[in-house]
Amino acid sequence: KSITTLRNQPWRMKKKLETLKEAQEFIEKFEGALGKGKGRKFYAYKVMMLKKWMKFKRDFENFKTACIPWEMKIKEIESKSFGSSVASYFIFLRWMYGINMVLFGLTFGLVMVPEALMGKPYGSMPRKTVPRSESSTAMDFATLWDFGGYAQYSVLFYGYYNNQRAIGWLKFRLPLSYFLVGVGTIAYSFMVVIRTMASNANQEGGGDDTSFNFSWKMFTSWDYLIGNPETADNKFASITTSFKESIVEEQENRKEENIHLTRFLRVLANFLVLCCLAGSGYLIYFVVRRSQKFALEGLENYGWWERNEVNMVMSLLGMFCPTLFDVISALENYHPRIALRWQLGRIFALFLGNLYTFIIALMDEINLKLEEEAVVKYNMTIWEANLYNGTLSENSTRPPIEVDPADVPRGPCWETMVGQEFVRLTISDTMTTYITILIGDFLRALFVRFINYCWCWDLEYGFPSYAEFDISGNVLGLIFNQGMIWMGAFYAPCLPAINVLRLHASMYLQCWAVMCCNVPHERVFKASRSNNFYMAMLLFILFLSTLPAVYTIVSIPPSFDCGPFSGKSRMYNVIQETLENDFPAWFGKVFSYASNPGLILPFILLMVLGIYYLQSTSKAYKAANIELKKKLQNIIKVPDLILTFHFRSNIDNPNSNLSPLMTNVFCLCK
Amino acid sequence: MLPVTNTVGVQESELELTFLTKQEILLAHCRFKELLPKESRNTMDYRVPMEKILTMPELKSNPFRQRICYVFSTSEAKDGSLSFEDFLDFLSVFSDSATPEIKSHYAFRIFDFDDDGTLDRNDLVKLVNCLTGDAPETRLSQEEMNQLIGNILEESDIDKDGTVNLSEFQHVISRSPDFVSSFKIVL
Repeated sequence: KSITTLRNQPWRMKKKLETLKEAQEFIEKFEGALGKGKGRKFYAYKVMMLKKWMKFKRDFENFKTACIPWEMKIKEIESKSFGSSVASYFIFLRWMYGINMVLFGLTFGLVMVPEALMGKPYGSMPRKTVPRSESSTAMDFATLWDFGGYAQYSVLFYGYYNNQRAIGWLKFRLPLSYFLVGVGTIAYSFMVVIRTMASNANQEGGGDDTSFNFSWKMFTSWDYLIGNPETADNKFASITTSFKESIVEEQENRKEENIHLTRFLRVLANFLVLCCLAGSGYLIYFVVRRSQKFALEGLENYGWWERNEVNMVMSLLGMFCPTLFDVISALENYHPRIALRWQLGRIFALFLGNLYTFIIALMDEINLKLEEEAVVKYNMTIWEANLYNGTLSENSTRPPIEVDPADVPRGPCWETMVGQEFVRLTISDTMTTYITILIGDFLRALFVRFINYCWCWDLEYGFPSYAEFDISGNVLGLIFNQGMIWMGAFYAPCLPAINVLRLHASMYLQCWAVMCCNVPHERVFKASRSNNFYMAMLLFILFLSTLPAVYTIVSIPPSFDCGPFSGKSRMYNVIQETLENDFPAWFGKVFSYASNPGLILPFILLMVLGIYYLQSTSKAYKAANIELKKKLQNIIKVPDLILTFHFRSNIDNPNSNLSPLMTNVFCLCK
Repeated sequence: MLPVTNTVGVQESELELTFLTKQEILLAHCRFKELLPKESRNTMDYRVPMEKILTMPELKSNPFRQRICYVFSTSEAKDGSLSFEDFLDFLSVFSDSATPEIKSHYAFRIFDFDDDGTLDRNDLVKLVNCLTGDAPETRLSQEEMNQLIGNILEESDIDKDGTVNLSEFQHVISRSPDFVSSFKIVL
């Protein structure tokens, strides 16, 4: 413990070593004296164990630091060129990777593996077999890439799972597990995001943002990790600009030259942006309806573009619209920090609009499939009757007839369709990102480097030049990708696995691209203050992603012949079923009392009151904080006042004593 | 003097008294040896002169590099030369796991250009000039400088004596969210 105290002293190493030696000599000298008598052996043993424990703790700390994945890579990026803002993107990526690993563990271990090991094998049931009509193309690469064929009829998607209540010798309740894993992934994600937000808010120390503006700019603006002269020059320029800006802002009196023109231009820019957003929303809706038409007519008649139209359009919109917004924002003439906020807000609105249009279109498709399902059910009764044609009368019990599972007519499993759509979207999004990196960054860098010799103007400083690493764009892309995973994970248990692979590859590809093809930013933005902003966006997306999944679970009946909930009227009935069958009777009664609306409504009211109370106490604490600060500043001023009064009273009346002065001062102190 | 043995053996006391991990101390060892001239490669109590230290890539672009050398140097000649112990001290303060108190203490000493224990007006002027770079077009004009210094003293100088002492400095720095993450050097 004394060593920790020593370490925290800002002394020279030599001095610390001498003190340490002295302390150790002292201890050795008196150790014998301390341990005399009965307890001596025990004391020596205790000391030895303590030493061993400290050593073990230190080694464990070292080991833990060595185990953090990609720590060296990120430190390299931080120190070699780019400072802490680019590295913060990679730290965020690593954190997302951690979350996805946990989600992957849950879905893989509790859903996919039990069904694969203990459930019925492929080919034993209609839902687990490729239909006869598709079996000729089931192994084709094109079908597999589209997640049809054998990929569709496997543990990767919802439709494969059997609705048997308990499987295997462990009596593993698969439908219950499927439902709970779905709910658990969302709950875990909420918990982790909120916990991170809370710890970030703690670190920021109560947000005293404006009281030390200049001092912070002076003392903390230099990033000591910068090791590259180019970045250093950029940093100098940005520091100077920020000094000058703050001085000007402090002086106020910003002359609004032509306020009407500026306002008109800003309104125009917002109008253009709204048009873009509306246009992209309509385009996606149109494309999804077209793809439904194609699907009805059979996809074999169309080429690659028609088959992947939806995903390509969404990815292309995500690539080009932000640049368009950038161009439009030149009209607005905002301060760069405010312009960045607007840009982020618009890209966010774009992605959100696209995602929700996609989901609405998907809902239309689900409704179509539900109608189709009713038709198929009717046809199936006819088909079954035909099988028994003439052999038995209707009311007697029928012995099961051996029919090959591949020949049984299938319902259109809408859940698998939803899962497939999300998986395809994720894959195409990944491909677009990687291709953008390769073309936009790598090929551009090659072009600028080599064609520069024979080009009219200087390519490196002029138009194309090297790409900067777009932190906010990449972070938003990551957040939305995660939103898609959260939405689709219930219907396609393979999504977290795909995302883990994707993040893994992204880490290496983007690290390489940053070191090889990007240049440091011209304006170096601090990453730390934006941290909670990105977390807040992630939380918002998480909330929005759970809405569609919850809606479909609660209000749409599951397909009658595929998935672990087939045969039930609603998916959440599995909980009721478990309560009735697996728990003792009194438990079910207690639960039914607890889920009574008469009990739930007061509970919600209590929570709302609790939130209100906590908010008002936190406001009161903040106000008390400000008061205390003011008092601190005033108390320092008191000695000043004492001296002033002392001089004044001495000048007026040199012989008076100080007691009236003191009473005055005490009154002021209060 | 610290009897540093060979490249493999890391002194137990070094490990305990600094904020560095074993790998970091070993790496520091290697880098320090590279800075030594060939003849004295095996005697580790050699002091590396300041010019050599300033060629390190981590310090080359840092505007406070000379101040860092002066602050961490224990040589009697006050020439900014660093022995291996000083080097470890330097890395320990700038490492990830150092406490904010230690970092702010040393930051104060680095910014105190005239070593008088307070940051007075001249120190602050020199500090601003360091931060705005060497090119004449990036420097602030006289009145901008005066206004800036005035604002800083107004914010940080609580006892209004015209200088910022250590406790005032630490008070300002402790509320900054960026200080710990930017006051970091990794080999």
